[in-house]
Amino acid sequence: MATPLIAVRDLTKIYPTARGEQVQALSRVNLDIRPGEFVSLVGPSGCGKTTVLRILAGLIRDYAGSVSLRGQAMRGPSKDVGVVFQDANLMPWRSAEANVMLPVEVLGLDRKAMRPRAKELLAMVGLEGFERKLPNELSGGMRQRVAIARALIHDPALLLMDEPFGALDAMTRDTMNVELGRIAARSNKTVFLITHSIAEAVFLSDRVLVMSSRPGRIVEDIRIELPRPRDLDIIASPIFSSTVVRIRRLLDGEDATALPSIAH
Amino acid sequence: MWREAAPPLIFVVLLLAAWEAGALWGGLDPLIMPAPSEIGEQLVLGFSSGVYPLHLGVTLAQSLAGFVIAVAMGVGIGALISISPLVERTLNPFLIAFEAMPKIALAPLVIVWFGYGMGSKIVLAAVIAFFPVLVSTILGLRACDPGRLDVMHALGASRGQVFRMVRLPGALPFIFSGVNVAVVFVLLGSIVGEFVGAKAGLGTLILYANENLETARTFSILAMLAALGLLLHFGVAALRQRLLFWAEPRRGTPGH
Repeated sequence: MATPLIAVRDLTKIYPTARGEQVQALSRVNLDIRPGEFVSLVGPSGCGKTTVLRILAGLIRDYAGSVSLRGQAMRGPSKDVGVVFQDANLMPWRSAEANVMLPVEVLGLDRKAMRPRAKELLAMVGLEGFERKLPNELSGGMRQRVAIARALIHDPALLLMDEPFGALDAMTRDTMNVELGRIAARSNKTVFLITHSIAEAVFLSDRVLVMSSRPGRIVEDIRIELPRPRDLDIIASPIFSSTVVRIRRLLDGEDATALPSIAH
Repeated sequence: MWREAAPPLIFVVLLLAAWEAGALWGGLDPLIMPAPSEIGEQLVLGFSSGVYPLHLGVTLAQSLAGFVIAVAMGVGIGALISISPLVERTLNPFLIAFEAMPKIALAPLVIVWFGYGMGSKIVLAAVIAFFPVLVSTILGLRACDPGRLDVMHALGASRGQVFRMVRLPGALPFIFSGVNVAVVFVLLGSIVGEFVGAKAGLGTLILYANENLETARTFSILAMLAALGLLLHFGVAALRQRLLFWAEPRRGTPGH
C-alpha cells in the first residue's frame, strides 16, 4: 500500500473557553489520506470537523498528537496544501485572475510563467471570459469557483475544502459538486472535504469518515465503491442510498441536528 | 446628469435673483447683506488685480501640504499602532488626551513656534486633520476580515505580505472616511492660522476686508473658500473613485 500523503495520529485539541473552562474539540483522531484519494469528513455541527481542517492547513498549531505530510512532521502551513474555505474569501480589489494569482505572489513564484496557468484554471472551473471581473460582479457560485482555482494555482498535492458550497443554494450546489468531482479526477488531486451534507460526501468521495461530536472522534470509515468522477445519476443507485442511510443512522445516534437535508 | 444638476442650479439662480431684488428694492443694508452683483464685482476686481490669485494660492498650498502630511502621518502612525501592541500601549493615552483637546487652541502657540509664514499654517492644518485619518486607519486595519487572513496564513504569508496585500487595501474604505474629514479640516486649520497671524492667505484677506467694513469683499472671499473646499472635496472623491473602484455598490456609477 502506498504511503499516505497525510497521516494524522492521536490528534487531540482542547480549547480554553472565555470562562476559563476547557472544551475538548478533538479526541485521538486518526486518519490517513492516500495520494489521489477523495476523502470526506462528515459530522454534526460543532463536532470539530473544521478544527481538523484548520490543523491540516497549518492555521492551528497548538494541538496534541502528530500530523505528517509525506512522512514529514507538519508544523504550520505548507506549500503543498491548497485550502478552499466556506466563504470564497476573495480580495474584492483584485480581479478574478488576480485573485487566482495571489498564492503565486505570496509564495514568490514566477508571475509571468504562472499567468497562463491561472487562465487555464479559470477556464477549468468554467469562468473563461470572467478573468477581469471583480468579485462583486460575480455570483456566489462563481466566487467559490475562483477560490477553487486559487487553491490549485500553486499545484498543491492536497486540496482541503471546508464546506465549500455550504453558502450556495441547492441547485448551484449540485452543479458545483458534479464539477468538483470532475476537477478532482482531472487534476488528480488528493482532496479532503469537510461537509455536513451526507449526500455530498457520498457523491464525491472514495471514503467518508464519520465524526462524532464533543469530543470529536472518528467513529466510522466508509468506502464508497463507485468509480469517480460520478454524475448525478448515481444518486438513484442502491449503493448510494444505502450508504447515505447507513451514515445517517450513525449520526442519528449522535445528535438530532446532525440530520442534514437529504433532499438537497 | 442634467436631471440631477438642474434642481440645485435652478434653486441657486432663484436665490441669487431674490437676493439681488432684495438689495435693489428691499432695503437690504449693503454692510450686512451686499448684493450678489457687488460680490461678483469684488471677485472680478480681486482676480484682475492679481490679489486674489496670490492669496488663494497661499491658502491652497498650505492646505494641500497640511493634507499630505496629515494623511501620511495618520496612515503611518495608524499602521504602526495596529502592528505593534507596544506602540499602541505607549501612545494611546497621549493620543486620547490630544484628540480630546480642541486643536484650534494650539494656533497661537504654533504661530510662535513656526512664525508668520506658511510653515505654521501647514503645521496647524496637519495637526487638526491628522486625527480623523489616524482613527479611521486604526479602525480600518482592525476591521480586517478574518477569512481573508486565513487565506494568507494558509499560504504562510509574512506579516509584511499580509499587511500590504490584505490589511491595507481592506482598510482603505475606512481610511477614506477619515480623509474626507481631513480635507475639510486642513482648510479650517489654514484659515484659523491665518486669523491668528499671517502675512498672506484668504484668512488675512477676510480680516482686512472686515476691518474696513468691505462686506462685499468678505463675501467674495467666502465664495472663493467655498469653491476651494469643493475643489478639495472633489479631488478626494476622484482619488477615492480610483482607489476604491471595487468598493462601490455598482461599478461605473459615481458615488455622487
